[in-house]
Amino acid sequence: MSFLKINNLSVDYEMRRETVYAAKNVNIDVNRGEILGLVGESGSGKSTVGNAIINLIDEPGKISNGSIVLDGINILEDPENIAKYRGKKIGLIFQDPQTSLNPILTIGEQLIETIQTHLNLNTDDARSKATNLLKEVGIKDAEIRFNNYPHQFSGGMRQRVVISLALCCEPELLIADEPTTALDVSIQSQILDLIKRLTKERNLAVILITHDMGVIAETTDRVAVMKNGDLVEIGPTKEILTKPKEIYTRSLISSVPPTNKKISRFKIIEKENKSQSDTNIKILNRWVKKEISNKDLVQVKNLSKTFDDSFFTESSKNSVMAVNDVSFNIKEGQSFGLVGESGSGKSTIAKMIVNLFRPSSGEIYFNDICITKIKSNKEMMKFRKQIQMIFQDPYSSLNGRLKVKDIVSEPIKLHNPSISSIDLDNYINDLLESVELSRQSANRYPHEFSGGQRQRISIARALATQPRLLVCDEPTSALDVSIQAQILNLLKDLQEQLNLTILFISHDLPVVRQMCDRIAVLKNGKLCEVALTEDLFVKPTHNYTKELLTLMPKIESIYN
Amino acid sequence: MDNQGLTLLNRIKDSDIYFSFIKSPTAIVTAIILLIIFFCSFFVEIVAPFNPFDPSSLSLMDAFTPPSWSEDGVTKFFLGTDGQGRDMLSTILYGSRISLIVGFSAILFSLVLGVTLGLTAGYFGGKYEMVVMRFTDVQLTVPSILMALLVDGIARGIISKELHNEMAIYVLIFAIGISEWPQFARVSRAATLVEKNKDYVSASTIIGVSNITIMFKHILPNILRPILVIGTIGLALAIITESTLSFLGVGVPPTTPSLGTLIRIGNDFLFSGEWWITFFPAIFLVILAFSINLLGDWMRDTLNPKLN
Repeated sequence: MSFLKINNLSVDYEMRRETVYAAKNVNIDVNRGEILGLVGESGSGKSTVGNAIINLIDEPGKISNGSIVLDGINILEDPENIAKYRGKKIGLIFQDPQTSLNPILTIGEQLIETIQTHLNLNTDDARSKATNLLKEVGIKDAEIRFNNYPHQFSGGMRQRVVISLALCCEPELLIADEPTTALDVSIQSQILDLIKRLTKERNLAVILITHDMGVIAETTDRVAVMKNGDLVEIGPTKEILTKPKEIYTRSLISSVPPTNKKISRFKIIEKENKSQSDTNIKILNRWVKKEISNKDLVQVKNLSKTFDDSFFTESSKNSVMAVNDVSFNIKEGQSFGLVGESGSGKSTIAKMIVNLFRPSSGEIYFNDICITKIKSNKEMMKFRKQIQMIFQDPYSSLNGRLKVKDIVSEPIKLHNPSISSIDLDNYINDLLESVELSRQSANRYPHEFSGGQRQRISIARALATQPRLLVCDEPTSALDVSIQAQILNLLKDLQEQLNLTILFISHDLPVVRQMCDRIAVLKNGKLCEVALTEDLFVKPTHNYTKELLTLMPKIESIYN
Repeated sequence: MDNQGLTLLNRIKDSDIYFSFIKSPTAIVTAIILLIIFFCSFFVEIVAPFNPFDPSSLSLMDAFTPPSWSEDGVTKFFLGTDGQGRDMLSTILYGSRISLIVGFSAILFSLVLGVTLGLTAGYFGGKYEMVVMRFTDVQLTVPSILMALLVDGIARGIISKELHNEMAIYVLIFAIGISEWPQFARVSRAATLVEKNKDYVSASTIIGVSNITIMFKHILPNILRPILVIGTIGLALAIITESTLSFLGVGVPPTTPSLGTLIRIGNDFLFSGEWWITFFPAIFLVILAFSINLLGDWMRDTLNPKLN
């Protein structure tokens, strides 16, 4: 008899127009001492299942069917029960350590409060218990840090505190909802190790909800794959990842960028836009194609940027060095990767190249002309046309008040004011079809599209001026893995056919490996090393690169 | 979803705003009241039973007739008459037209001024923003009535007495408008600060779109929601300010009375028993302002994505 057994669980959301089934007849069981991975793309219902266990389903959602049996007791039968179980028998870890701690209480107060809510302990006992817990999750100087406020901890440390909060009442079931998604790779592996260690030491049953196949491969014992509220497949992790039975699982796994080799294209089994079969780059006949000349298109020389926080004083005390003396070159037609964790200054470099910021010192040369010193707007427009950018967040990068055709036509009209309206319409259609969107899309508003489709619109807009350099700032990190594969394929096709030069920025090493010819690794605004992709992955020279490579979750680890 | 074949009407019917509108009895009732008031004020020549400003139709014999349902009332004058024999119902309708014109114009004036300043301040930042925002801070410390009185006083000083009555309504619009703009500036600046950091603004900059186009074509439509909400509540405030000023005798002259002027005239007769002369304009003003405020509240709840 397994410790937690979910039978035929269904969760409905009654909406204005229809009823949405967030989970349909889901059957899952978890044993003690085992980590069950719950994997799926956004909207698959994986978090819904987690929330259903602790009865945290938001209105208007409700559990319409099924039972959740914890240690032999159906906890759905008596709603009073759940308040006793929550926190005591079931511990929770949330995604964002920034918001899951109360910023105005010290972590000690929060721990003691939680302990005393559930256990009958006096303050001194609760205090010593709390300190021991902090030690257990690996916080140094626990007695001193006990009196610190959440903002005095880094993101990874804060997640450790959250885990200690979840553990403080000796729960037997731990639900971790994307516990490492908001964290950098190096911290992610520490947190996952901690969860693995605690599972063994305390004989916990753990449900790990994530979208990251690498995390699943490295951490979990068994895995359940969900799609649109349905449970697709459940079984031992190794079996599911190596011999998936269902088509969906297979397509999900084939979309994950491999970490150990470079593939030319991602195999797409299920496609978002079903109508198109092959990429048909219609704008090709309009494109003034640049021959690949083996020349440096972009040269970045000793680039630095400081952000001044001081408004009234001129002192440099408050200034932050976001980019510190960075130099690299990008050859025409090449894809150049810029890799680093959050705060490494990679986005700042991108924004300086597209001229959203001016550098504090150093120069950027585009086609042998220094673009950082240009003063006049007219002069700048020539370069604006040739350098375009694709952004990370597909939801904020399109103006929701404009139709798609107005979004795409804006750059065309701006750089070619004399274009006739028929020609403009044709151009827009060609652009949309080149990014695999239908002609009908032109008359719709951005909110009618999914994240992946919005990113396609973004790409169409960036291509409208026929740029030579495309700066992609984490273009797929907000997307599901199958959509990511499609967008990456599209970018590869476009680059090949249009001879685009791409600056690809990402924190995701496997993705960069698939996309780039050369890679630069950044840390805290400084350049660690620049190398050809294969060299960097096979024989990294810098210690930081080595560390990143060993720590990244690898889906291939399941074969070992 | 394919919205192409849908007409505008269907799209409105399909929208969430319409859905929350028909679900809210308050919104429906206030909208109907306001529609009736706006209609009657706009087509007052057709709707009103009398023209109170046509001296030939007035007779002093009719003066101080109480409302029709009281003992000495006449059916002809439903809400009674004032001291000059003018029909109260018609006077109120004519008066509400003046009040609404002043209110709308004043709010439009402060909207244009405040949003332009707030939008540019938020977008450009730096010293310009600091100057504009400190100016709004100073302006906010001066009560709007005082500000309006000040403007009115200055206007009296520079405009000759004969011209003053004609110019009174414009002075009033300017005075109310100039005292209401800071809140629009603040809200639009705050909203602009949020919007200008979104990627679509960066994308437009990278394309090479000019600052003016970015501000007015891209950012402005995205910050209209909160502005619309405080604009509606500001409208009620402007109408009340107008009435207060007119009540104090610095608003529109008695020859073209607004609601505030009517209340002031009626106030003189209150103690001699002719209560209706001041009561009905006052009650009308309350209903008008209350309805606008309730509609504004509903709009705030509906348009605020955080509350949904």
